[in-house]
Amino acid sequence: MGHTITEKILLKHTNLKEIHPGEFINARVDICLGNDITAPFAFEEFDKLGVKKVFDKNRVVLVPDHFAPAKDMKSANQCKKLAEFAKKYSIKNYFEIGKMGVEHALLPEVGLVLPGDLVVGADSHTCTYGALGAFSSGVGSTDLAAAMATGECWLKVPESIKFIFTGKMNKWIGGKDLILHTIGNIGVDGALYKAMEFCGPTIEGLPIDDRLTMCNMAIEAGGKSGIIAPDKTTAKYVKSIKDRRRASLGKYYSSDEDAKYSEVIEYDARKIEPVVACPNLPSNVKPASELKDVSVDQVVIGSCTNGRISDMRIAAKLLRGKKVKSSTRLIVIPATQKVYLECVNEGLAKIFIEAGGVFSTPTCGPCLGGHMGILAEGEKAISTTNRNFVGRMGHPASGVYLSNPAVAAASAIKGRIAHPEEVL
Amino acid sequence: MKYSGKTHKFGNDINTDEIIPARYLNTTDKAELAKYCMEDVDKTFAAKVRPGEIIVAGKNFGCGSSREHAPIAIKASGVSCVIAESFARIFFRNSINIGLPIIESKEASEKIKNGDSVSVDTAQGVIKNLKTKECYKIEKYPPFMQKIVSAGGLINSIKKGSKK
Repeated sequence: MGHTITEKILLKHTNLKEIHPGEFINARVDICLGNDITAPFAFEEFDKLGVKKVFDKNRVVLVPDHFAPAKDMKSANQCKKLAEFAKKYSIKNYFEIGKMGVEHALLPEVGLVLPGDLVVGADSHTCTYGALGAFSSGVGSTDLAAAMATGECWLKVPESIKFIFTGKMNKWIGGKDLILHTIGNIGVDGALYKAMEFCGPTIEGLPIDDRLTMCNMAIEAGGKSGIIAPDKTTAKYVKSIKDRRRASLGKYYSSDEDAKYSEVIEYDARKIEPVVACPNLPSNVKPASELKDVSVDQVVIGSCTNGRISDMRIAAKLLRGKKVKSSTRLIVIPATQKVYLECVNEGLAKIFIEAGGVFSTPTCGPCLGGHMGILAEGEKAISTTNRNFVGRMGHPASGVYLSNPAVAAASAIKGRIAHPEEVL
Repeated sequence: MKYSGKTHKFGNDINTDEIIPARYLNTTDKAELAKYCMEDVDKTFAAKVRPGEIIVAGKNFGCGSSREHAPIAIKASGVSCVIAESFARIFFRNSINIGLPIIESKEASEKIKNGDSVSVDTAQGVIKNLKTKECYKIEKYPPFMQKIVSAGGLINSIKKGSKK
């Protein structure tokens, strides 16, 4: 019996001869990650373990991104704990503001996560790195503490679901639409505890940024991880990284032809149009073209889901020479300092500002209702982020619609949910 | 372990944004987090919950963010255990790691009503509804997880392991 890519990566991170879905393992981690919300709890638990050092000072990553730049005094104290821990334990990969970015956009960009890695992070969107052919999964603060101390994490070997995408994608469709379509189809617990393996001709032709968007949202279907077998596109991306923080170029695994899946689901990409997840679940997916009567008070373009340079370019393409509707606020947040600088150098920042939008330093900010664009009672936003639960972006009686950056930009111009074709 | 108390019933897909909204995540003070437990799904919960009481919910309880603040807020609010048809995986592992008892039972989740008094006996593998006198069978944790639970959470389990 063959094995899936997920099983192969997990096996390589144990001393076992074989592993099977359902079994529990203690696996070695290549990278463990925490942020200003989750790491402070991890530090308290780490202290209880009474160890004198972290397992590897090059493999612990700390990123203050959620409430940073610190939005209030309490948040400042949380961020300070990251800086202090980093100093005390000589953590090499601590990213102070000015160098930081939204963690899941930042780590691939600086080559901290590589194909074949096993990555755990105290943030649910850690599953993003599956786009590079790594096993990566969100865990809790106590898990992070244990990983920082021992270099290991306990895991249940997941079953995998294979998602095969065929057919050429329509114009204005991105990885976001493929994953929202998937979540809309299988539900927010449709892949509970499972690895979501994305493959097929459509995926093979998909750029890395779109792959990152897809794997990023595996958690929204309850998945333990999302993964795409690394290929030429992956290799080209990894090799293109300047200032790589790790020497390796990674290890390439792929699923055997006779690997066992709990389910195989096929989608025809030609039938997928720009979609929007309506409040209050990421699975509440409808075509953007059917939501033209939904007015929006705010538009957010950014996050670990869609805050990369390709997302910024798409948004700018629609907003060039246009104005944001007077009844609507546009907030654009490039996910990292690198993306921010590229936006400046390519003239995208100018387009956003001239359109009447806010152009912000990197932060998770509004995505989780932290800061930089909180919704008031009764307000509605369309956002390129990943979640739209009750109160996610602010008041419990506000609502969030999730979309790709083209739909979000078009909606900013129209002041209501709009299909990109309406403005170009 | 045995737990008994009045139940607080919730629906499907109760997510961590509802259990502890992000606006309260700028602290690691457990008592402070408990004050806002379940706020965005039931504003009155934190004020009315009594020590030992039990949360009963539907499918996919604890979905969303990895924030350990969610099971911590529930534990610190005095809730003795959570029964649900199913749990989201990060919430599940966080609960095991911090020692918040969680029990998967479709039958109990469907049949227990808000305000029913129930008793849970994990050694016997049974939940009793003291109001309707119904019993619902529950599965034991797999041995790997039982080790963590018996040690009182992951940190204690690691400390025990390193002393061997």
